[in-house]
Amino acid sequence: MNDMSAVPARETVPTTAETGIQNYMINFGPQHPAAHGVLRLVMELDGEVIERVDPHIGLLHRGTEKLCEYKTYLQALPYLDRLDYCSPMCMEHSYVLAIEKLLGLEIPPKAQVLRTLWAELTRISNHILNTTTHAMDVGALTPILWLFAERERLYEFSERVSGARMHAAWFRVGGVHQDMPEGLADDIRDFADRFPRALDDVQALVADNRIFKQRNVDIGVISAKDAIAWGFTGPCLRASGIPWDLRKAQPYEIYGELEFEVPVGNRGDCYDRFMVRMEEMRQSIRIVHQCLNRLKHMQGEPVMAADPRIVPPRRAEMKRSMEALIAHFKLYTEGFKVPPGEVYVATESPKGEFGVYLVSDGTNRPYRLHFRVTGFAHLQAMDVLCRGHMLADAPAILGSLDIVFGEVDR
Amino acid sequence: MVAHLPAIVASEGLLERARSLLGSFLLEARLRHGELSLRVARTAIYEVLRILRDTRDLAFDQLIDICGVDWPERAERFDVVYHLLSMKHNQRIRVTLATDEANPVPSVVDLFPVAGWFERETWDMFGVLFEGNPDLRRILTDYGFEGHPFRKDFPLTGHVELRYSASEERVVYEPVRLKQDFRDFDFLSPWEGMLPGDEKAGPAADKREGGA
Repeated sequence: MNDMSAVPARETVPTTAETGIQNYMINFGPQHPAAHGVLRLVMELDGEVIERVDPHIGLLHRGTEKLCEYKTYLQALPYLDRLDYCSPMCMEHSYVLAIEKLLGLEIPPKAQVLRTLWAELTRISNHILNTTTHAMDVGALTPILWLFAERERLYEFSERVSGARMHAAWFRVGGVHQDMPEGLADDIRDFADRFPRALDDVQALVADNRIFKQRNVDIGVISAKDAIAWGFTGPCLRASGIPWDLRKAQPYEIYGELEFEVPVGNRGDCYDRFMVRMEEMRQSIRIVHQCLNRLKHMQGEPVMAADPRIVPPRRAEMKRSMEALIAHFKLYTEGFKVPPGEVYVATESPKGEFGVYLVSDGTNRPYRLHFRVTGFAHLQAMDVLCRGHMLADAPAILGSLDIVFGEVDR
Repeated sequence: MVAHLPAIVASEGLLERARSLLGSFLLEARLRHGELSLRVARTAIYEVLRILRDTRDLAFDQLIDICGVDWPERAERFDVVYHLLSMKHNQRIRVTLATDEANPVPSVVDLFPVAGWFERETWDMFGVLFEGNPDLRRILTDYGFEGHPFRKDFPLTGHVELRYSASEERVVYEPVRLKQDFRDFDFLSPWEGMLPGDEKAGPAADKREGGA
């Protein structure tokens, strides 16, 4: 084989035997439409087969946790919206619960119902974004066109209730900022009545579609054991067959009194993760209906706790009362003090467990605020999920993990 | 316990169980706000997490999070905080250890693969070393970043800023130049310094004189 006699006698010319076939590296991102933000994946490929994936993250790192240390508890709240900007109210939720835990503050029943209602509407909005863009990544363009019309309605609702389409800052310590305006509950009910049909239409388009299945079934499989070891939570964990949902296991607000199911998958592949989210939207609609029914009997009830040390006075009161005016001024400049201590509070955000670890030193600003974000753990598993798959499967796997970089990079 | 919070309360029983299992590894155990916090020796962390994971009636099989906390006035200035979850028994536990810039913390990547990035993040943000982590690179900060931004003595504004330089046709780094001084409001004491007998009256008055 290595008969050198036929080769010209020049040492610089390599023979075929000496040349190994090398794997090559490619850069996926940081600007890539299927990267769902700014993600740089350094991929080592053997032909078209992925050998290794090294995600480089942090391109959207803003130091949110440190910024919050320099703000009062109220001023830090809007930063939470900017973590997972696809489910802003769920981010606020863990944060306000953590503060309320340290304060030992009860909130009125109506605020609990409103928080539950909006957490679920946020979940629907998040899942619409994820499922449809995932479908788009694997070639189905229609779902995003159909369901984004519905998602637009959710943003419109968000604007009506909080004044902002995305960055609501509506969950406040002690309840929610304001009651829902008149007529909004009826419009949400109308949405909740119509939405399942739109969802069915989309599911009928893709669920049994041959191409969609070829791109998703048995792609990015992770077993239940591995999913736990890699820190998976939320739909990604449930798709692997573990019925773990913080709304059921550790119920907060009024989830313990509501009827809903926790859908699980059985293969832990991209297809299951997609279908779990589709079913979760239907369950969320059930919760929305139950919340709206409760709200009907709660007209005029308070939406904020009646603790003047923490909750600012209502505007009308400030027009008449000097004390209210002073309290308002103090609360918006100095803020309120939170007793020293450390707490960890986690809620079931649409992507999984979103936890807030709060260390207070007894002042009006958090000493340390750490966010346990979902996507950070999921993205780390990209390497094990992608290994041995084709390059074209990477966007499908990434899409099924539901990564948002506002959250991953913080 | 506040009713609308996540319904999960660590019990005295869990505390006692942890105490008997961990023995001398355990420096302090506290049950506050329904959360169990264990403080352990730095060198024992691998063993502690292994015990918590593999003991059948505890089964803390998911590492939820690792993060750092900086206490610059302490000799061992960093706390490294591990949060564990047991799905089987629906329990959470927090394990804390103290370290400084020089002494590395044993990595737990072997026990929980998810720890890899958590440890990288803690290294990046606080400069806590993890011994045995096969890939302890920076993760969230920029390529070539210097310093550890979440330390309390790292300024919020950072040290460098970057902009696109049209003349050099690339992004350049420059020292931070602030258009106005960084303002760190002393929210706690808008009126203090003005009242007789106030403990802050001295330094505040000195500052005013010094500024004038």
